[in-house]
Parts: sequence; structure tokens; C-alpha cells
Amino acid sequence: MPTAAKTGNEAMAEAMRQINPDVVAAYPITPATEIVMIFASFVADGLVDTEYIPVESEHSAMSACVGASAAGARVMTGTSSQGLALMYEILPIASALRLPIIMSDVNRALSGPINIHCDHSDTMAARDFGWIQIFSENAQEAYDNLIQAVRIAEHPKVKLPTMVTTDGFIISHCLEKIEILEDAQAKQFVGERKAEVSLLDVEHPVTLGALDLPDYYFEHKLQVAEAMRQASQHILEIAKEFEQQTGRKYDLIENYKLDDAEIAIVALGSTAGTTKAVVDELRSKGVKAGLLKIRVFRPFPAEALAKALANVAAVAVLDRADSYSAQGGPVYTEISSALYGKTKAPKLINYVYGLGGRDVTIDDIRGVFSDLQKIDKMPTFNYFGVRE
Amino acid sequence: MDSTLEIRWHGRGGQGAKTAALLLGEAAMSLGKYIQAFPEYGPERMGAPVASFNRISDKPITLHSGITNPSIVLVLDHTLIDSIDVTAGLPADGKLIINTALAPADIRKELKLKGSRVFTIDASKISNETIGRDIPNTPMLGALVKVSGFLKIEDVLKDLETKLKKKFASKPEIVAGNLDAVKRAHAEVMAE
Repeated sequence: MPTAAKTGNEAMAEAMRQINPDVVAAYPITPATEIVMIFASFVADGLVDTEYIPVESEHSAMSACVGASAAGARVMTGTSSQGLALMYEILPIASALRLPIIMSDVNRALSGPINIHCDHSDTMAARDFGWIQIFSENAQEAYDNLIQAVRIAEHPKVKLPTMVTTDGFIISHCLEKIEILEDAQAKQFVGERKAEVSLLDVEHPVTLGALDLPDYYFEHKLQVAEAMRQASQHILEIAKEFEQQTGRKYDLIENYKLDDAEIAIVALGSTAGTTKAVVDELRSKGVKAGLLKIRVFRPFPAEALAKALANVAAVAVLDRADSYSAQGGPVYTEISSALYGKTKAPKLINYVYGLGGRDVTIDDIRGVFSDLQKIDKMPTFNYFGVRE
Repeated sequence: MDSTLEIRWHGRGGQGAKTAALLLGEAAMSLGKYIQAFPEYGPERMGAPVASFNRISDKPITLHSGITNPSIVLVLDHTLIDSIDVTAGLPADGKLIINTALAPADIRKELKLKGSRVFTIDASKISNETIGRDIPNTPMLGALVKVSGFLKIEDVLKDLETKLKKKFASKPEIVAGNLDAVKRAHAEVMAE
């Protein structure tokens, strides 16, 4: 399999070139700009057959994606932070219409104060819109996840829009060694979209997006919820097929040295990688430390998580976003809810960290593991890397 | 973590500090290493101080923290040392490589530096004489290869030649000039 040096953004643009979507509608925003910029050059150079729509805002971008997807096209876009926020109005429309739009989002702090660096506040705020959400630890995963996202979104039992994220600058602008599928292999893996209905099929006219009052709205929302419940098993099937092609294994979660771990961290994105380095260090000193990385945040892998953490004594959940609920970050509340009522469950504490691109150091992670060794003395809600 | 080489580049916007990190990363990767190359993002203006970074290892690198204790620091512009603490985080056995016509002892005096090892190379002069412009990043790469000793200069030249030939297909003189710059810097870098 060919290897290449790619940044996270280049890796995602490369995946888009191989996917060769019918339509891309996008508006540039730091730090995601390169994805659509590089892709626009592929369009200009004739390397893809895509209809590229340079719109005037992200609201228009997502609206154009909805229209094109309803017409039966395979549709992609990319954005970040305020750009995603400007799409919020349209995101639940995409899922309610069961349109398998594929998005790359480069995680960046929401304004304000204005900031261009990484945290997960943009996609965490979009977690309840019926989109599948997949987080990537590095450039390789960004590429692999985006390729798989096409199959996940368009799976006939799923038909849900899907976003794949990377950590802004930390991954989006970091050059790394990655393996890339041969073009033909990627093309075969993603196949063609087979839309059940198309607005352009005048022989078989349909209505999409009609007013849906108390008589039917609820049933349609139930179908979105049911599709989300079904999605996990299909995400796993597609991961299995991807592994057969590439040798790279994917799951809903990744357990790193967790089997016999006494203390563990739960993290998403690039922090999971930094945590792996610290886990290795602690293991070499005889400390039974582990990591649970969440790859798929929507649907939330509650069952897999509860099982994986059942025999760990103390767990720290790291949230790179606060939900200002005064009850911890969004990942923490999901996990505590997943563990509720389980007879075997770890003691759980929460850290909000890394907001607005605050660096996550080895010492920060060592500090969390050290806190876990005295968890009985720890408050539930904590921060690291912040001046108080 | 110990086996990973961490490098920091200082330059001014437009001097190629980011490109230098990318070139080094790609060269090391094509020679079988795992790599990271990333710039520091802040206000990006021509002439303003900028930094970029590399991690290079024989094993996959999962660490994604910033680099605060590089074992090698390269400075593309001598005048930066007036305004930037270029030795910040550099350990006692770390190495500092500066683009300057001065000798290492002069730089040590100017920085009032204790510990670490100082190397100098007149990368701007070499660049002017080989490429015809002051683009010090490729000669600095040659100096780095000599000082760090983790890559073979022949391998780096071969890799660079392939890449530059692809990029500058219609301008063979640029390819030859850059290769010459790397070779000269590799030979001319001054140690204490």
C-alpha cells in the first residue's frame, strides 16, 4: 500500500479525491480551509468529476448539500467552528430527510472569545442533530474514517449524515506518515451511491421536506433515533471490511492496554495519542495504566464502554469542551449515564482541558494518572492546564 | 519517548522555516523514519518571528503535544536572537545551529549561553551563491544533517533531488543550486 507524508487536511482532501463525490459545496474557514482548497484544485485540474459549488456561507453550503443529496448525489463538505455553527440550522434537516451527506470538521473552539485553535466545542454542540460523529486521533485515522464514512452514511439501514473530525492544527496541520489505498481499491470500497429516491427523477415524483405536523413529525424523528441505534453494528461491519483491505483495525472504541488496567483515561482525538505515550511510560514502571479512546461518539457506544471499563478501578474522562451544565463535560455525562446501574463500574472523575488550543503536555497526562491513584481524595469535576 | 528526536526551527515569515520542517520530515520519512512536522500558528506576516517543529523516530509517534524541550534548535535569521529566546527549553546537551557569518564562540558570547553546543553556518551567503537568493532553509538542512548525524547526507541529497526535480521540472538550475547549497553547508558548518 502506498505511503505518503500528509497533514490531516491533506489526508482528508486525498480521501475526497478518491471518493470523487458528485457534489461538494463548501465555504473556507481556518483551520479546515485547506481541505476544500486542495479539493478545489483537484476539480480545476480535472482529477475528479465533482460539481464544486463555492457558496457564500456555511449555511448555504449545508443547504446546497441538502438539495444535491436529495437529488440523489453523493455529497461532501468540510468546515470548522463558527462555520459548523452557521450550519446548525440545517444539520437536523439533513438527518430528518435521511440524507447521507459526508462532512469533515476540523475541531476548533467556538467563539467567543474568538480563537482559531482546537477544542471540541463545535462538534459537541452538534451532537444532538442526528449526525453520526467519528473522531480521529491522527492523519491516518482522518483518512481511514472519511473513506469509511461514505459507506456508513449511505448504508441502507443507516442513511444518516456523518461527520469525521480531526483536532484543529494539532492534526489538521501536522505532517505525518500515512498509508493510502490505491485509487482503484478506494473506488471499489466506496462504490456508488444508490439513492432510493431522487428529486430529479420526474418519472417517480416525490416530496421531501414537507410540513410535518403533530400527526407525523414524531414518527419521523423516531425513525432517525432507530437508524442511530442500528448504525453501530453497520459501522462495525464496514470497519471489518476496511480491515480486510488495509490491515488497519477499527471499532467504536479503542482499548489501549486496558485489559488489566487499574487506572484509565477516556479521551477523544489527538489527546488519546498523547495518552498512549504516557501509558507506555507508566507501564514500563509497573503502573497498570490504560486508555479508552472513543472513536464513534454518535451513536454513543454505551454498552461497549461499560463493558471495557467494568474491571478498571478508577477512570478519568477528559472533555475538550465544557457544556456549562455545572455537571461536567459532555463525554463525562454520557459515560456516567452509560455506567449507571451497572454492578461493576469504575469510580469516575472528569477533567475539562485544552480549551482554545491550550497545549496538552505529557506532564498534564501524568498528573491525571497520578490523581487517579488517589481518586478517593479527588473532587468529581476538575480541570488541567488552566490558571485559576 | 526517549528515542524521539525533537527539533525546533526559528525563522521570519517568508524565510521557509515551515518548508524546512516539511522537507526534513519528508526526507526522514523516505529514509524509513516516522515523522511529524508542524508549524506554530499565530499571526502570519512576512518578516515576523515564526517557529516550526519536527519529531523523528524509528517507531510510530503517538505523542501530539507541543515541543518545549527540543534537542536541536535551528535559527534561520541571526537577528531573531535579539527578540526571541531561541534557547528556551534547550537542554544542556542540546544543539543550537544559527545562520550567521560569526563563529560559534561569538554567538555563545552574544547569547551569554552556558551549556549546550553552538554551531554556525553562513547559510544566507551559501544560498546567495548557489541559488542566487537568500533562502537559507535548504543549506540549514545540510548543516542539520551534519550536526545531528541521524541521517546520511548522500541519502538526503538523493531524496531531495527526486523531490525538487518533480517540483521544478522546467528549472534544472534550481535543483542543482539547492543540492549544492545542502552539500556546502554540510561541509562548512562550524563547531565549537
